[in-house]
Amino acid sequence: MSVLIFTELDNGALKKSSLEAVYYGSEVAKMKGTIATVLAIGNSTDDELAKAGNFGASKVLHANDPRLALGNIQAYADVLSMAVSQEGATTIILAMSSLGNAVAARVAAKLKASIVSNVTELPDFSNGFKVTRSIYTGKAFAKVEMKGEKQILAVKKNAISVVESSNSATVETFTPTLKDSDFVVKVTGTHKESGTILLPEADLVVSAGRGLKGPENWGIVEDLANAIGAATACSKPVSDLDWRPHSEHVGQTGIKVSPNLYIAAGISGAIQHLAGVNSSKVIVVINKDPEAPFFKAADYGIVGDVFDILPRLTKAVKAL
Amino acid sequence: MKILVCVTSVPDTTAKISFTDGDTKFNKAGVTFITGPYDDYALSRAVELKEQTGGTVTVLNVGEADSEQVIRKCLAIGADDAIRVNCEPKDSYFTAVQIATIASEEKYDLILMGRESIDYNSGVVHGLVGEILGIPSLSPVMKLNIEGTTAKMTREIEGGKEEIEASLPLVLGCQEPIAEWKIPNMRGIMTARTKPLRVVEPVGEDMTFTEKYMLPAPKGACKMIPAENAEELIALLRSEAKVL
Ligand SMILES: Cc1cc2nc3c(=O)[nH]c(=O)nc-3n(C[C@@H](O)[C@H](O)[C@H](O)COP(=O)(O)OP(=O)(O)OC[C@H]3O[C@@H](n4cnc5c(N)ncnc54)[C@H](O)[C@@H]3O)c2cc1C
Ligand SMILES: Cc1cc2nc3c(=O)[nH]c(=O)nc-3n(C[C@H](O)[C@H](O)[C@H](O)COP(=O)(O)OP(=O)(O)OC[C@H]3O[C@@H](n4cnc5c(N)ncnc54)[C@H](O)[C@@H]3O)c2cc1C
Repeated sequence: MSVLIFTELDNGALKKSSLEAVYYGSEVAKMKGTIATVLAIGNSTDDELAKAGNFGASKVLHANDPRLALGNIQAYADVLSMAVSQEGATTIILAMSSLGNAVAARVAAKLKASIVSNVTELPDFSNGFKVTRSIYTGKAFAKVEMKGEKQILAVKKNAISVVESSNSATVETFTPTLKDSDFVVKVTGTHKESGTILLPEADLVVSAGRGLKGPENWGIVEDLANAIGAATACSKPVSDLDWRPHSEHVGQTGIKVSPNLYIAAGISGAIQHLAGVNSSKVIVVINKDPEAPFFKAADYGIVGDVFDILPRLTKAVKAL
Repeated sequence: MKILVCVTSVPDTTAKISFTDGDTKFNKAGVTFITGPYDDYALSRAVELKEQTGGTVTVLNVGEADSEQVIRKCLAIGADDAIRVNCEPKDSYFTAVQIATIASEEKYDLILMGRESIDYNSGVVHGLVGEILGIPSLSPVMKLNIEGTTAKMTREIEGGKEEIEASLPLVLGCQEPIAEWKIPNMRGIMTARTKPLRVVEPVGEDMTFTEKYMLPAPKGACKMIPAENAEELIALLRSEAKVL
């Protein structure tokens, strides 16, 4: 009956998106009249993991086998399904991510569970188990009935507004039995950009397009992003031209973001770009062309030259 | 090497999405269907690998007869033959079962997919298929090279990348820059017409049921701020939108 939340750690800390999933899972547990248990895999401390209690979890299972340090999908899927059977969980919640989805998919096949990604709201239990998800890259939604005895929900960022409490969770060590066949995939190297805010996790995003004219001009984009504590993003041609790394490319064929604030500077607002950003809460568009299609999708707009406007916005933020 | 490429037939990225039958069915009228853009990357890399090392490329689609136009285009780009599982792909699980059933009969060295479909965007079919077949699944893969029976890959992770090595067989979800999209040439289009396309019937059941579709609420009017008062934006984002 219980709800199990699969979380991810980043340098020992629970990821922000995972904490959101913990809160979502705890609300689902309340609706079902059961408890929410968290699974955390990798190096961390009891103090850090107990924080899951602030987000509504009662218990945290901590699996910390040294072989689990790298994001090995098959091993993680085995650990998660063992935790599911130990806890008798029927509903599994996780935040959308490249690791999370990969693990969840394998667990769905192991458990023959109904699996749905891009969940945007709390489930509806009024007649069965139904969830709302976004489809067509945010251009529509579907209400889906989960027919399986077990259900897996990969939740989209900002599906729920989190309310923190002062509760804390108990932390238990979880010792799964791992098989050698879990480790046939070898991770031979990991490159992570340090110090930057992860784009899929960011609450605030400053994004720029071809209107910036060249990579040498990105200083004004980064300045505004740093001033407000935002991640930076870009349109597809900008990453295709290697002005910015591919990991910043948002849109239909790039990263899908749903931050609280998305500022688009010098981006025309092509339908494929909008597809990746249209579920942002507030969209600001800065473009010198008053006819740019992006204004139709925006909440606030400024018709002006990015080289003039961006530095002035940065200055205004710093003056606060 | 025997490669299977799984492709979706999806509405063109500029398509206007609407529904019929009391919002219970996708409205195909006036919509152009294309190969999923990520599936196109998978296919392009498969054709490149075949050109380098020999072997065959089979494309597989779970879909109704109207997806044959997309399948023929994949054949024109360089796939050797095709399989279509004749049904509406009901959900991720159902689709994965169809793919795994074919793959367990045919024993492919490599099963390439897109990182996600652009209709349901779930990003899970590769993991489901990998688990059903009992082989590793990795996604999103942005570089893939084969040395003997070992695949060397780069996988994108949040904020970075991982270098990975694994033995074949594997299921991979692909994304750029794994290959450049290929465009069919005249000769390809001519030969595609006579390449074999096998139609098989589906097995198994779906695990979800889509009850209703909805469109997003229309966006309210955009509040324009004159360029000379641009600084006002910051105040509005704090006091009105409450996002700063
Ligand atoms: C008329 C129609 C009705 C549909 N109704 C539903 C519905 O009610 N519910 C629902 O969930 N989906 C429905 N689909 C979408 C369904 O086609 C998807 O293929 C399936 O749900 C898998 O999508 P996904 O987002 O899970 O794929 P992902 O996991 O995002 O896809 C990853 C990769 O798997 C491969 N793949 C995915 N689907 C197929 C396929 N059909 N054939 C071959 N390879 C594939 C591709 O390589 C793809 O890039 C419908 C499609 C059509 C055309
Ligand atoms: C299958 C497919 C998938 C795609 N996927 C994506 C995707 O995932 N993401 C994506 O972004 N695109 C995607 N595209 C490309 C998309 O169609 C557009 O070409 C792209 O988004 C345009 O990028 P842009 O807005 O930066 O450039 P442009 O369209 O060139 O726009 C530049 C804008 O900057 C403005 N500008 C210029 N100078 C200034 C200045 N000094 N001050 C202020 N404004 C200025 C111009 O008025 C213009 O509106 C895809 C296309 C296809 C066909």
